[in-house]
Amino acid sequence: MSALGDRAAAVSEWFDGRSDAALLLALAAGLYALFTGVSLVLGYDLGGIVNTLRRITFLSAIYAMLVLALNLQWGYTGLFNLGVAGFMAVGVYTMGMLSTAPTTNPPGLGLPLPIGIAGGVVAAALVGAVASLPALRLRGDYLAIVTLAFSEIVRLTYRSPVFETFSVGGVALGTGGSTGMSLPTNPIRILFYENPQEVTSPPSAFGEAVFGAFEGLGVRAPVVEGTAYALVLLLFVAGVYVLLRRVGNSPFGRVLKAIREDETVAGALGKDTRLFKVKVFALGCALMGLAAILWRIGGIASTEDFRPITTFYVFVALIIGGAGSNTGSVVGGAVFASLLFEGPNFVRRVVTQYFEVGIGQTPNTIFEAVGPLASLDVTPLLAYTLSDVNVSALRLVLLGIVLIYLIQNRPEGLLGHRTETAASVDLGERPGGENR
Amino acid sequence: MATNTDTNTVVAFVRGRPVVVAFGLFVALLFADLLRKLGTGALTTASLAGFLKDGTVLGLSLGLAGIGLAMTYSILNFANFAHGDYITVGGVVGWITAFLVTGLGSTELESLALLTASSRTLGISVTTAPVAITLGLLVSVVVTAGLALLIDRIVFRPMRGQRGIALLIASVGVALAVRYLLVFTLRTGPRGLTAGQATPSWTLAVGSGTVTVTAHEATLAVLAVALMLGTHVLLRYTTFGTAMRAMADNEDLAQVSGIPTERVIRTTWLLGAGLTGAAGFLIALERGALTMSFGWQLLLLVFAAVILGGIGSVYGAMVGGLVIGLASRLSLVWLPESFIIAAAFVVMIVMLLVRPKGLLGGVTTV
Repeated sequence: MSALGDRAAAVSEWFDGRSDAALLLALAAGLYALFTGVSLVLGYDLGGIVNTLRRITFLSAIYAMLVLALNLQWGYTGLFNLGVAGFMAVGVYTMGMLSTAPTTNPPGLGLPLPIGIAGGVVAAALVGAVASLPALRLRGDYLAIVTLAFSEIVRLTYRSPVFETFSVGGVALGTGGSTGMSLPTNPIRILFYENPQEVTSPPSAFGEAVFGAFEGLGVRAPVVEGTAYALVLLLFVAGVYVLLRRVGNSPFGRVLKAIREDETVAGALGKDTRLFKVKVFALGCALMGLAAILWRIGGIASTEDFRPITTFYVFVALIIGGAGSNTGSVVGGAVFASLLFEGPNFVRRVVTQYFEVGIGQTPNTIFEAVGPLASLDVTPLLAYTLSDVNVSALRLVLLGIVLIYLIQNRPEGLLGHRTETAASVDLGERPGGENR
Repeated sequence: MATNTDTNTVVAFVRGRPVVVAFGLFVALLFADLLRKLGTGALTTASLAGFLKDGTVLGLSLGLAGIGLAMTYSILNFANFAHGDYITVGGVVGWITAFLVTGLGSTELESLALLTASSRTLGISVTTAPVAITLGLLVSVVVTAGLALLIDRIVFRPMRGQRGIALLIASVGVALAVRYLLVFTLRTGPRGLTAGQATPSWTLAVGSGTVTVTAHEATLAVLAVALMLGTHVLLRYTTFGTAMRAMADNEDLAQVSGIPTERVIRTTWLLGAGLTGAAGFLIALERGALTMSFGWQLLLLVFAAVILGGIGSVYGAMVGGLVIGLASRLSLVWLPESFIIAAAFVVMIVMLLVRPKGLLGGVTTV
């Protein structure tokens, strides 16, 4: 236990010596090298390798944005928001209802996509502001329960058959209920296709050239498209990072940190802490809505994606990175998405390939798996453990254990010890000042 | 003169608590509408009675499941998100026991232990297999209490004295690990437990219609009330109860007055988790089926019950459970069925805004 703790401390010390940009580049290089290696072991061709890296990049970028948003609420202001999934759902569903065509089922308003995205973000912000009203009066754990209940109310409402299709003032709208709603096509298609809204559209001249060039290398068109989108998402992460950095260093951000450190003092200094909380909640929720829109666009909005487990994913990522640090949030998002979220599946693939277990002989029950252990045959247990559904279950067990381990041994995460203090000058360095 | 003062008092009350007044008016409006619906025949007395019965049964389940949560909340000061999965564990181990007791010899062992055996063939109900049900209940209590102690030893004890949020996060980790270990061993998918055709039920005539009460609903109601009363007596009239209340009030003070705090915490877990396991078993009995996440799905409702009643109050948990259960079922009078859970959450959120201390808040009766 303590050996691991020491190692974590050593890692974070190493982090300290480097600038944030170098640190993030090193992390990206490390993860890419790791997953390239894994892809090679699995015998993927170039197309497969690019696709693996695309998926890692995509998920890391989405989680990095979600974690940055949550960090603003929890890490900066100390608001324990367990309703992340609900605010994400508001963003996605609002965007869907504004921008899907009126002819599809469920119908939408058919407004241009930018309006839909802006509408989704604004709706998430407004709902966040409303949800923050209890935050003004409740202590931490009540707030956690209320926000979790709030996100479930949102999810159950979108899921309800009542809103599967409905009309407001003669305009038909719908959420698709439990079947979900198909969202507008990915805007990245504008680059490559003549009619980006149509799935069957022929590629544009530029698309033709790019697809042709990569086709020769064995990278197919959808992978090229997805990779381009993942790279755009990295720009979004950078944008959100810069935004939150500026917010954090502004007078507004200093008040937020003051609220986190001691709300009474912040109030005594004449700051209306309630107003700050509403604003920060709304801003964080807006960013969550944006991240969710970028996550689901071009696919399907389903209430299954907005179960509380999604919120817990974001929390684990934030705790890995360290609450209170923006760079830590990005690190946490990337480490969580690639190692904890995607990692177990790759482990399964590598082990299945290497040991050739699980082909046509996967036991159906734990009894068939454990029984042969009596004759020292571990293959059935391994095959059972590595079957698709069980790896997903064990991944969540692992997640739980990681969460417990981190909160017990390293609650500050990888970079959380760098939590910026409320004061704009470092009090620790003041001559005669005490070290906190 | 006197009337003038009275009016002033009323005005001051309304000004001081506009939310409470609005909430009261809203409830009065709903009640009036309920009477109107009954009067016009839009709602029959029988269906109202059915809602009330379902609400009471759900409320008693939530109340029973909430006692354990209220106890640990008041002693350890954190919202235990693993509580729902303790409910599931209670249901699962209890029912595996009941299956084994009933079917051993006639049915394949594996399908009994994995709860995949046909509930129709086994034909379990309170009247056909009372021994299996009793043993199942006992095992669910013992195993859940043991599990809670083990988890406390590994996870929560090293974190004593930390902030509630840190413990809350750790409990989320416990919840995930426990639930998905169950999924790993038993696989997902709903399991049928009791045999509907073997369960006696009584049909009562209400107005022009009828209301059916099954033996399993009655069992749940009777045992829930009995266990709640037992807990009350235990906490009220024993040294442990006094020690626990002292700790809930002020842990440091309790410690300096010689109360062995660690032992009280252990007993609290034993008692609380034991009741939770029993709740899980009985809820599964009443529903006649379970999934590996049924406890987790109940958790927010249980929280709602406990918060509504006032954290740390056993009576509060019971009253809160009944209010939440009745509110969610009665909401069917106005809302479609897909909103009954959401309605219960709304009641909880409004309650927290109106009266953050809960219905019986301030009186820590544990």
